[in-house]
Amino acid sequence: MEGIDGSGKTTQLTLLSKWLSAAGHPVFVTEWNSSALVKAATKAGKKKNALTPMTFSLLHATDFADRLLYNVIPPLKAGMIVLADRYTYTAFARDAARGVDRRWVRELYSFAVKPDLAVYFRVPIDVSTDRLLARRVKLKFYEAGMDMGWSHSLVESFRLFQGKVLDEYDRLVDEFGLSVVNAVGSITEQQRTFRRLVSQHLEIETNDEQLDELA
Amino acid sequence: MMNSSTSLPEEGASGGAKPGSYYSYGIPYLPIDGYPGRIIAIEGTDGVGRSTQIRLLREWLEVQGYGVVETGWTRSELMQPTIDLAKSSNTLNKLTFVLLYATDFADRLEKEIIPALKAGFIVLSDRYIYTAMARAGVRGIDRQWVRNLYGFAIAPHLVFYLKIDDRTLIRRVLQARGMDYWESGMDLKLGDDIYESFRAYQRALLREYASMADEFRFRTLDARRKVDVLQDELRRQIGAFLADSDTSAAGTKPE
Repeated sequence: MEGIDGSGKTTQLTLLSKWLSAAGHPVFVTEWNSSALVKAATKAGKKKNALTPMTFSLLHATDFADRLLYNVIPPLKAGMIVLADRYTYTAFARDAARGVDRRWVRELYSFAVKPDLAVYFRVPIDVSTDRLLARRVKLKFYEAGMDMGWSHSLVESFRLFQGKVLDEYDRLVDEFGLSVVNAVGSITEQQRTFRRLVSQHLEIETNDEQLDELA
Repeated sequence: MMNSSTSLPEEGASGGAKPGSYYSYGIPYLPIDGYPGRIIAIEGTDGVGRSTQIRLLREWLEVQGYGVVETGWTRSELMQPTIDLAKSSNTLNKLTFVLLYATDFADRLEKEIIPALKAGFIVLSDRYIYTAMARAGVRGIDRQWVRNLYGFAIAPHLVFYLKIDDRTLIRRVLQARGMDYWESGMDLKLGDDIYESFRAYQRALLREYASMADEFRFRTLDARRKVDVLQDELRRQIGAFLADSDTSAAGTKPE
Protein backbone atom coordinates (compact mmCIF):
# COMPACT_ATOMS: atom_id res chain seq x y z
CA MET A 1 0.00 0.00 0.00
CA GLU A 2 1.45 3.28 -1.10
CA GLY A 3 0.41 6.88 -0.76
CA ILE A 4 1.37 10.08 1.01
CA ASP A 5 0.42 10.85 4.61
CA GLY A 6 -3.28 11.57 4.80
CA SER A 7 -4.13 9.37 1.82
CA GLY A 8 -6.00 6.99 4.12
CA LYS A 9 -3.98 3.94 3.15
CA THR A 10 -3.61 2.69 6.72
CA THR A 11 -7.40 2.76 7.18
CA GLN A 12 -7.74 0.83 3.95
CA LEU A 13 -5.11 -1.65 5.03
CA THR A 14 -6.92 -2.34 8.29
CA LEU A 15 -10.22 -2.99 6.52
CA LEU A 16 -8.56 -5.21 3.95
CA SER A 17 -6.80 -7.15 6.66
CA LYS A 18 -10.12 -7.83 8.42
CA TRP A 19 -11.68 -9.08 5.21
CA LEU A 20 -8.75 -11.38 4.41
CA SER A 21 -8.63 -12.80 7.93
CA ALA A 22 -12.39 -13.39 7.94
CA ALA A 23 -12.00 -15.28 4.67
CA GLY A 24 -9.42 -17.52 6.29
CA HIS A 25 -6.28 -16.00 4.80
CA PRO A 26 -3.54 -15.56 7.37
CA VAL A 27 -2.25 -11.99 7.20
CA PHE A 28 1.00 -10.41 8.33
CA VAL A 29 1.32 -6.61 8.51
CA THR A 30 4.64 -4.79 8.26
CA GLU A 31 5.10 -1.05 8.55
CA TRP A 32 7.65 1.25 7.00
CA ASN A 33 10.54 2.28 9.24
CA SER A 34 9.64 0.08 12.18
CA SER A 35 12.65 -2.14 12.86
CA ALA A 36 14.10 -1.77 16.34
CA LEU A 37 17.65 -1.52 15.07
CA VAL A 38 17.12 1.51 12.92
CA LYS A 39 14.58 3.26 15.09
CA ALA A 40 17.34 4.31 17.48
CA ALA A 41 19.43 5.92 14.76
CA THR A 42 16.49 7.59 13.04
CA LYS A 43 15.33 9.04 16.33
CA ALA A 44 18.80 10.32 17.22
CA GLY A 45 19.16 11.77 13.74
CA LYS A 46 15.78 13.46 13.91
CA LYS A 47 16.44 14.99 17.27
CA LYS A 48 19.64 16.61 16.11
CA ASN A 49 18.30 17.21 12.61
CA ALA A 50 21.42 15.35 11.59
CA LEU A 51 20.15 13.25 8.70
CA THR A 52 21.07 14.21 5.15
CA PRO A 53 19.00 12.98 2.19
CA MET A 54 21.62 10.25 1.60
CA THR A 55 21.81 9.00 5.20
CA PHE A 56 18.02 9.24 5.45
CA SER A 57 17.75 7.07 2.35
CA LEU A 58 20.33 4.52 3.52
CA LEU A 59 18.84 4.23 7.00
CA HIS A 60 15.46 3.44 5.52
CA ALA A 61 17.03 0.88 3.21
CA THR A 62 18.65 -0.70 6.28
CA ASP A 63 15.30 -0.80 8.03
CA PHE A 64 13.73 -2.30 4.93
CA ALA A 65 16.41 -4.98 4.64
CA ASP A 66 15.94 -5.88 8.29
CA ARG A 67 12.18 -6.16 7.93
CA LEU A 68 12.44 -8.00 4.62
CA LEU A 69 14.50 -10.73 6.23
CA TYR A 70 12.52 -10.97 9.47
CA ASN A 71 9.00 -9.78 8.63
CA VAL A 72 8.43 -10.33 4.95
CA ILE A 73 10.26 -13.41 3.71
CA PRO A 74 9.38 -15.75 6.63
CA PRO A 75 5.60 -15.07 6.44
CA LEU A 76 5.77 -15.45 2.66
CA LYS A 77 7.49 -18.80 3.08
CA ALA A 78 4.79 -19.76 5.55
CA GLY A 79 2.19 -19.01 2.89
CA MET A 80 0.81 -15.88 4.53
CA ILE A 81 -0.32 -12.67 2.88
CA VAL A 82 2.04 -9.84 3.73
CA LEU A 83 0.42 -6.42 3.84
CA ALA A 84 3.10 -3.76 3.68
CA ASP A 85 2.13 -0.29 4.83
CA ARG A 86 4.49 1.40 2.35
CA TYR A 87 7.07 -0.50 0.36
CA THR A 88 10.09 0.36 -1.82
CA TYR A 89 8.07 2.92 -3.79
CA THR A 90 7.95 5.14 -0.71
CA ALA A 91 11.74 5.29 -0.82
CA PHE A 92 11.77 5.90 -4.56
CA ALA A 93 9.34 8.79 -4.17
CA ARG A 94 10.71 10.43 -1.03
CA ASP A 95 14.39 10.05 -1.75
CA ALA A 96 14.02 11.43 -5.26
CA ALA A 97 11.99 14.34 -3.85
CA ARG A 98 15.00 15.03 -1.61
CA GLY A 99 17.39 15.10 -4.56
CA VAL A 100 18.89 11.63 -4.33
CA ASP A 101 19.63 10.02 -7.70
CA ARG A 102 16.61 8.02 -8.90
CA ARG A 103 18.64 5.30 -10.57
CA TRP A 104 20.80 4.82 -7.49
CA VAL A 105 17.78 4.32 -5.18
CA ARG A 106 16.25 1.78 -7.54
CA GLU A 107 19.47 -0.22 -7.67
CA LEU A 108 19.82 0.08 -3.90
CA TYR A 109 16.48 -1.71 -3.44
CA SER A 110 17.11 -4.36 -6.08
CA PHE A 111 17.34 -6.94 -3.27
CA ALA A 112 13.65 -6.44 -2.47
CA VAL A 113 10.98 -9.01 -3.25
CA LYS A 114 8.73 -7.75 -6.02
CA PRO A 115 5.19 -7.43 -4.62
CA ASP A 116 2.35 -9.38 -6.25
CA LEU A 117 0.24 -6.25 -6.11
CA ALA A 118 1.16 -2.64 -5.40
CA VAL A 119 -1.73 -0.27 -4.79
CA TYR A 120 -1.27 3.47 -4.79
CA PHE A 121 -3.85 5.58 -2.97
CA ARG A 122 -3.74 8.81 -4.92
CA VAL A 123 -4.94 11.97 -3.24
CA PRO A 124 -4.46 15.68 -4.03
CA ILE A 125 -2.26 17.57 -1.60
CA ASP A 126 -5.17 19.76 -0.37
CA VAL A 127 -7.24 16.75 0.62
CA SER A 128 -4.42 15.05 2.51
CA THR A 129 -3.46 18.26 4.30
CA ASP A 130 -7.08 18.92 5.29
CA ARG A 131 -7.47 15.38 6.61
CA LEU A 132 -4.32 15.56 8.69
CA LEU A 133 -5.14 18.99 10.08
CA ALA A 134 -8.75 18.02 10.84
CA ARG A 135 -7.49 15.07 12.86
CA ARG A 136 -5.11 17.47 14.58
CA VAL A 137 -2.23 15.25 13.60
CA LYS A 138 1.03 16.96 14.41
CA LEU A 139 2.98 17.02 11.15
CA LYS A 140 6.31 15.30 11.60
CA PHE A 141 9.64 16.95 10.82
CA TYR A 142 10.91 14.68 8.04
CA GLU A 143 7.46 13.83 6.67
CA ALA A 144 6.96 17.54 6.19
CA GLY A 145 10.36 17.80 4.50
CA MET A 146 11.50 20.39 7.06
CA ASP A 147 15.07 19.11 6.61
CA MET A 148 15.05 20.62 3.12
CA GLY A 149 14.68 24.14 4.52
CA TRP A 150 12.08 25.17 1.93
CA SER A 151 9.79 26.85 4.42
CA HIS A 152 9.72 27.69 8.11
CA SER A 153 6.05 26.82 8.27
CA LEU A 154 5.40 23.14 8.94
CA VAL A 155 2.19 23.12 6.90
CA GLU A 156 3.70 25.02 3.99
CA SER A 157 6.77 22.78 3.99
CA PHE A 158 4.54 19.69 4.08
CA ARG A 159 2.62 20.93 1.05
CA LEU A 160 5.77 21.73 -0.92
CA PHE A 161 7.55 18.50 -0.05
CA GLN A 162 4.59 16.12 -0.39
CA GLY A 163 3.71 17.86 -3.65
CA LYS A 164 7.08 16.73 -5.00
CA VAL A 165 6.52 13.26 -3.56
CA LEU A 166 3.20 13.10 -5.47
CA ASP A 167 5.01 13.97 -8.70
CA GLU A 168 7.42 11.12 -8.07
CA TYR A 169 4.56 8.69 -7.36
CA ASP A 170 3.05 9.62 -10.70
CA ARG A 171 6.25 8.52 -12.42
CA LEU A 172 6.20 5.26 -10.48
CA VAL A 173 2.66 4.39 -11.55
CA ASP A 174 3.83 3.92 -15.14
CA GLU A 175 7.30 2.65 -14.38
CA PHE A 176 6.19 -0.12 -12.02
CA GLY A 177 2.57 -0.58 -12.99
CA LEU A 178 1.09 0.47 -9.66
CA SER A 179 -2.68 0.03 -9.37
CA VAL A 180 -4.21 3.40 -8.59
CA VAL A 181 -7.13 3.88 -6.21
CA ASN A 182 -8.75 7.29 -6.16
CA ALA A 183 -8.33 8.09 -2.47
CA VAL A 184 -10.74 11.04 -2.53
CA GLY A 185 -13.81 8.80 -2.61
CA SER A 186 -15.60 7.41 0.42
CA ILE A 187 -13.84 4.85 2.58
CA THR A 188 -16.26 2.10 1.53
CA GLU A 189 -16.00 2.94 -2.12
CA GLN A 190 -12.20 2.79 -1.95
CA GLN A 191 -12.29 -0.45 -0.01
CA ARG A 192 -14.56 -1.99 -2.63
CA THR A 193 -12.10 -1.10 -5.40
CA PHE A 194 -9.22 -2.30 -3.25
CA ARG A 195 -10.86 -5.67 -2.57
CA ARG A 196 -11.66 -6.11 -6.24
CA LEU A 197 -7.98 -5.56 -7.07
CA VAL A 198 -6.83 -7.99 -4.41
CA SER A 199 -9.36 -10.65 -5.37
CA GLN A 200 -7.76 -10.82 -8.82
CA HIS A 201 -4.74 -12.29 -7.09
CA LEU A 202 -6.49 -14.56 -4.63
CA GLU A 203 -9.15 -17.20 -4.55
CA ILE A 204 -11.59 -15.30 -2.44
CA GLU A 205 -15.23 -14.39 -2.69
CA THR A 206 -16.03 -10.74 -3.01
CA ASN A 207 -18.97 -10.24 -0.75
CA ASP A 208 -20.32 -6.74 -0.94
CA GLU A 209 -22.89 -7.39 1.76
CA GLN A 210 -20.11 -7.98 4.25
CA LEU A 211 -18.58 -4.71 3.18
CA ASP A 212 -21.82 -2.83 3.57
CA GLU A 213 -22.05 -4.11 7.14
CA LEU A 214 -18.55 -2.81 7.80
CA ALA A 215 -19.39 0.60 6.46
CA MET B 1 17.54 -12.81 -4.46
CA MET B 2 21.10 -11.67 -3.81
CA ASN B 3 22.16 -12.31 -7.38
CA SER B 4 19.31 -10.51 -9.04
CA SER B 5 21.43 -7.49 -9.89
CA THR B 6 23.42 -9.24 -12.62
CA SER B 7 20.96 -7.82 -15.10
CA LEU B 8 21.66 -4.25 -14.02
CA PRO B 9 23.87 -2.02 -16.13
CA GLU B 10 27.54 -1.96 -15.24
CA GLU B 11 27.41 1.03 -12.97
CA GLY B 12 28.61 1.89 -9.54
CA ALA B 13 32.08 2.09 -8.06
CA SER B 14 34.67 0.97 -10.54
CA GLY B 15 38.22 1.81 -11.48
CA GLY B 16 37.07 3.86 -14.44
CA ALA B 17 36.24 6.96 -12.39
CA LYS B 18 38.47 10.01 -12.42
CA PRO B 19 40.22 10.60 -9.06
CA GLY B 20 38.36 13.23 -7.05
CA SER B 21 35.04 12.65 -8.81
CA TYR B 22 32.09 10.46 -7.92
CA TYR B 23 32.35 6.83 -8.91
CA SER B 24 28.92 6.75 -10.46
CA TYR B 25 25.65 8.65 -9.94
CA GLY B 26 27.14 10.37 -6.90
CA ILE B 27 25.19 12.80 -4.75
CA PRO B 28 23.27 15.06 -7.16
CA TYR B 29 22.72 17.81 -4.59
CA LEU B 30 26.44 18.04 -3.75
CA PRO B 31 28.48 18.87 -6.86
CA ILE B 32 32.20 18.47 -6.14
CA ASP B 33 33.84 19.38 -9.42
CA GLY B 34 36.95 21.46 -9.05
CA TYR B 35 37.37 21.01 -5.31
CA PRO B 36 41.05 21.50 -4.51
CA GLY B 37 41.49 18.83 -1.81
CA ARG B 38 42.89 15.35 -2.22
CA ILE B 39 41.88 11.96 -0.83
CA ILE B 40 44.56 9.45 0.07
CA ALA B 41 43.23 6.12 1.29
CA ILE B 42 45.27 3.63 3.28
CA GLU B 43 43.70 0.20 2.97
CA GLY B 44 44.54 -3.12 4.47
CA THR B 45 43.42 -5.68 6.99
CA ASP B 46 43.92 -5.49 10.73
CA GLY B 47 47.47 -5.57 11.96
CA VAL B 48 49.16 -3.87 9.03
CA GLY B 49 49.95 -0.71 10.97
CA ARG B 50 47.64 1.67 9.15
CA SER B 51 47.16 4.07 12.03
CA THR B 52 50.89 4.34 12.73
CA GLN B 53 51.59 5.11 9.10
CA ILE B 54 48.79 7.68 8.97
CA ARG B 55 50.08 9.43 12.10
CA LEU B 56 53.55 9.70 10.58
CA LEU B 57 52.21 10.84 7.23
CA ARG B 58 50.13 13.54 8.84
CA GLU B 59 53.15 14.89 10.68
CA TRP B 60 55.20 14.91 7.50
CA LEU B 61 52.49 16.59 5.43
CA GLU B 62 51.77 19.25 8.04
CA VAL B 63 55.45 20.15 8.33
CA GLN B 64 55.33 20.84 4.60
CA GLY B 65 52.32 23.10 5.08
CA TYR B 66 49.50 20.86 3.90
CA GLY B 67 46.26 20.90 5.84
CA VAL B 68 45.35 17.35 6.83
CA VAL B 69 42.05 15.80 7.91
CA GLU B 70 41.84 12.22 9.07
CA THR B 71 38.82 10.03 8.69
CA GLY B 72 38.26 6.41 9.64
CA TRP B 73 35.76 3.64 9.34
CA THR B 74 32.79 3.49 11.77
CA ARG B 75 33.47 6.75 13.45
CA SER B 76 30.50 8.85 12.51
CA GLU B 77 28.56 10.43 15.31
CA LEU B 78 25.30 9.36 13.73
CA MET B 79 25.96 5.66 13.40
CA GLN B 80 28.45 4.74 16.10
CA PRO B 81 25.80 3.97 18.75
CA THR B 82 23.66 1.98 16.31
CA ILE B 83 26.54 -0.09 14.99
CA ASP B 84 27.77 -0.75 18.52
CA LEU B 85 24.27 -1.81 19.57
CA ALA B 86 23.89 -4.06 16.56
CA LYS B 87 27.28 -5.67 17.07
CA SER B 88 26.72 -6.31 20.76
CA SER B 89 23.31 -7.86 20.27
CA ASN B 90 24.29 -9.92 17.22
CA THR B 91 21.12 -8.88 15.45
CA LEU B 92 22.98 -7.79 12.35
CA ASN B 93 22.39 -9.91 9.32
CA LYS B 94 24.76 -9.55 6.40
CA LEU B 95 22.60 -7.19 4.39
CA THR B 96 21.86 -4.78 7.23
CA PHE B 97 25.55 -5.00 8.19
CA VAL B 98 26.54 -3.75 4.72
CA LEU B 99 23.87 -1.04 4.71
CA LEU B 100 24.72 0.27 8.17
CA TYR B 101 28.35 0.70 7.15
CA ALA B 102 27.28 2.44 3.96
CA THR B 103 25.13 4.84 6.00
CA ASP B 104 28.05 5.55 8.27
CA PHE B 105 30.28 6.21 5.28
CA ALA B 106 27.71 8.51 3.66
CA ASP B 107 27.54 10.52 6.88
CA ARG B 108 31.30 10.97 6.99
CA LEU B 109 31.51 11.66 3.28
CA GLU B 110 29.02 14.53 3.48
CA LYS B 111 30.07 15.97 6.81
CA GLU B 112 33.83 15.43 6.89
CA ILE B 113 35.31 14.44 3.56
CA ILE B 114 33.49 16.71 1.12
CA PRO B 115 33.84 19.88 3.26
CA ALA B 116 37.55 19.07 3.68
CA LEU B 117 38.02 18.62 -0.08
CA LYS B 118 36.23 21.89 -0.68
CA ALA B 119 38.55 23.68 1.73
CA GLY B 120 41.65 22.18 0.11
CA PHE B 121 42.67 19.66 2.75
CA ILE B 122 44.39 16.38 2.20
CA VAL B 123 42.06 13.72 3.56
CA LEU B 124 43.88 10.71 4.97
CA SER B 125 41.38 7.91 5.11
CA ASP B 126 42.09 5.01 7.42
CA ARG B 127 40.35 2.36 5.28
CA TYR B 128 37.90 3.34 2.56
CA ILE B 129 35.01 1.70 0.74
CA TYR B 130 37.19 -1.25 -0.28
CA THR B 131 37.08 -2.58 3.28
CA ALA B 132 33.29 -2.57 3.11
CA MET B 133 33.38 -4.23 -0.30
CA ALA B 134 35.78 -6.90 0.93
CA ARG B 135 33.65 -7.65 3.98
CA ALA B 136 30.50 -7.80 1.85
CA GLY B 137 32.22 -10.01 -0.71
CA VAL B 138 33.27 -12.49 1.96
CA ARG B 139 29.66 -12.59 3.14
CA GLY B 140 28.40 -13.49 -0.29
CA ILE B 141 26.65 -10.22 -1.10
CA ASP B 142 26.38 -9.61 -4.82
CA ARG B 143 29.48 -7.70 -5.97
CA GLN B 144 27.72 -5.56 -8.53
CA TRP B 145 25.08 -4.54 -6.01
CA VAL B 146 27.75 -3.39 -3.53
CA ARG B 147 29.51 -1.44 -6.27
CA ASN B 148 26.24 0.24 -7.18
CA LEU B 149 25.62 1.02 -3.52
CA TYR B 150 28.98 2.78 -3.24
CA GLY B 151 28.44 4.64 -6.50
CA PHE B 152 27.99 7.77 -4.36
CA ALA B 153 31.59 7.55 -3.10
CA ILE B 154 34.42 9.71 -4.41
CA ALA B 155 37.31 7.97 -6.16
CA PRO B 156 40.45 8.70 -4.11
CA HIS B 157 43.51 10.26 -5.71
CA LEU B 158 45.72 7.53 -4.24
CA VAL B 159 44.92 4.17 -2.68
CA PHE B 160 47.68 2.36 -0.84
CA TYR B 161 47.04 -1.24 0.00
CA LEU B 162 49.22 -2.43 2.87
CA LYS B 163 49.45 -6.12 2.24
CA ILE B 164 50.53 -8.95 4.52
CA ASP B 165 50.26 -12.70 4.39
CA ASP B 166 47.76 -14.54 6.56
CA ARG B 167 50.38 -16.01 8.96
CA THR B 168 51.81 -12.61 9.79
CA LEU B 169 48.34 -11.11 10.01
CA ILE B 170 47.10 -13.69 12.50
CA ARG B 171 50.13 -13.31 14.74
CA ARG B 172 49.92 -9.52 14.74
CA VAL B 173 46.24 -9.45 15.61
CA LEU B 174 46.66 -12.00 18.38
CA GLN B 175 49.55 -10.02 19.80
CA ALA B 176 47.73 -6.72 19.63
CA ARG B 177 44.34 -7.51 21.07
CA GLY B 178 43.16 -11.03 20.50
CA MET B 179 40.19 -11.91 18.36
CA ASP B 180 36.67 -10.61 18.50
CA TYR B 181 33.44 -12.06 17.18
CA TRP B 182 33.05 -9.92 14.08
CA GLU B 183 36.71 -9.72 13.06
CA SER B 184 36.74 -13.49 13.24
CA GLY B 185 33.78 -13.71 10.91
CA MET B 186 31.97 -15.82 13.50
CA ASP B 187 28.69 -14.58 12.02
CA LEU B 188 29.59 -16.58 8.93
CA LYS B 189 29.44 -19.81 10.93
CA LEU B 190 32.63 -21.11 9.41
CA GLY B 191 33.09 -23.35 12.42
CA ASP B 192 32.98 -23.34 16.20
CA ASP B 193 36.74 -23.06 16.55
CA ILE B 194 37.34 -19.32 16.75
CA TYR B 195 40.93 -19.64 15.52
CA GLU B 196 39.95 -21.66 12.45
CA SER B 197 37.10 -19.27 11.78
CA PHE B 198 39.40 -16.28 12.16
CA ARG B 199 41.97 -17.76 9.79
CA ALA B 200 39.41 -18.70 7.15
CA TYR B 201 37.82 -15.27 7.41
CA GLN B 202 41.05 -13.31 7.17
CA ARG B 203 42.23 -15.42 4.22
CA ALA B 204 38.95 -14.78 2.43
CA LEU B 205 39.36 -11.05 3.12
CA LEU B 206 42.88 -11.07 1.68
CA ARG B 207 41.52 -12.73 -1.47
CA GLU B 208 38.86 -10.02 -1.76
CA TYR B 209 41.43 -7.21 -1.46
CA ALA B 210 43.64 -8.94 -4.03
CA SER B 211 40.74 -9.18 -6.45
CA MET B 212 40.16 -5.42 -6.21
CA ALA B 213 43.80 -4.36 -6.59
CA ASP B 214 43.79 -3.99 -10.37
CA GLU B 215 40.22 -2.77 -10.66
CA PHE B 216 40.76 0.13 -8.28
CA ARG B 217 44.40 0.79 -9.06
CA PHE B 218 45.74 -0.01 -5.60
CA ARG B 219 49.36 0.79 -4.98
CA THR B 220 50.30 -2.38 -3.16
CA LEU B 221 53.01 -2.17 -0.50
CA ASP B 222 54.53 -5.01 1.51
CA ALA B 223 53.44 -4.27 5.08
CA ARG B 224 55.83 -6.79 6.61
CA ARG B 225 58.62 -4.27 6.20
CA LYS B 226 59.77 -2.05 9.05
CA VAL B 227 57.60 0.94 9.92
CA ASP B 228 60.15 3.51 8.75
CA VAL B 229 60.91 1.70 5.51
CA LEU B 230 57.21 1.55 4.69
CA GLN B 231 56.80 5.21 5.68
CA ASP B 232 59.64 6.25 3.38
CA GLU B 233 57.98 4.48 0.48
CA LEU B 234 54.61 6.10 1.20
CA ARG B 235 56.25 9.54 1.42
CA ARG B 236 58.13 9.01 -1.82
CA GLN B 237 54.97 8.11 -3.73
CA ILE B 238 52.77 10.76 -2.11
CA GLY B 239 55.49 13.38 -2.56
CA ALA B 240 55.72 12.60 -6.26
CA PHE B 241 51.94 12.73 -6.65
CA LEU B 242 51.64 16.06 -4.82
CA ALA B 243 54.51 17.59 -6.79
CA ASP B 244 52.68 16.62 -9.99
CA SER B 245 49.30 17.87 -8.93
CA ASP B 246 50.72 21.10 -7.48
CA THR B 247 52.25 22.00 -10.83
CA SER B 248 49.11 21.06 -12.73
CA ALA B 249 46.74 22.77 -10.27
CA ALA B 250 48.61 25.54 -8.56
CA GLY B 251 47.34 26.83 -5.26
CA THR B 252 47.01 23.62 -3.25
CA LYS B 253 50.32 24.02 -1.46
CA PRO B 254 50.97 27.23 0.40
CA GLU B 255 54.07 29.13 -0.69
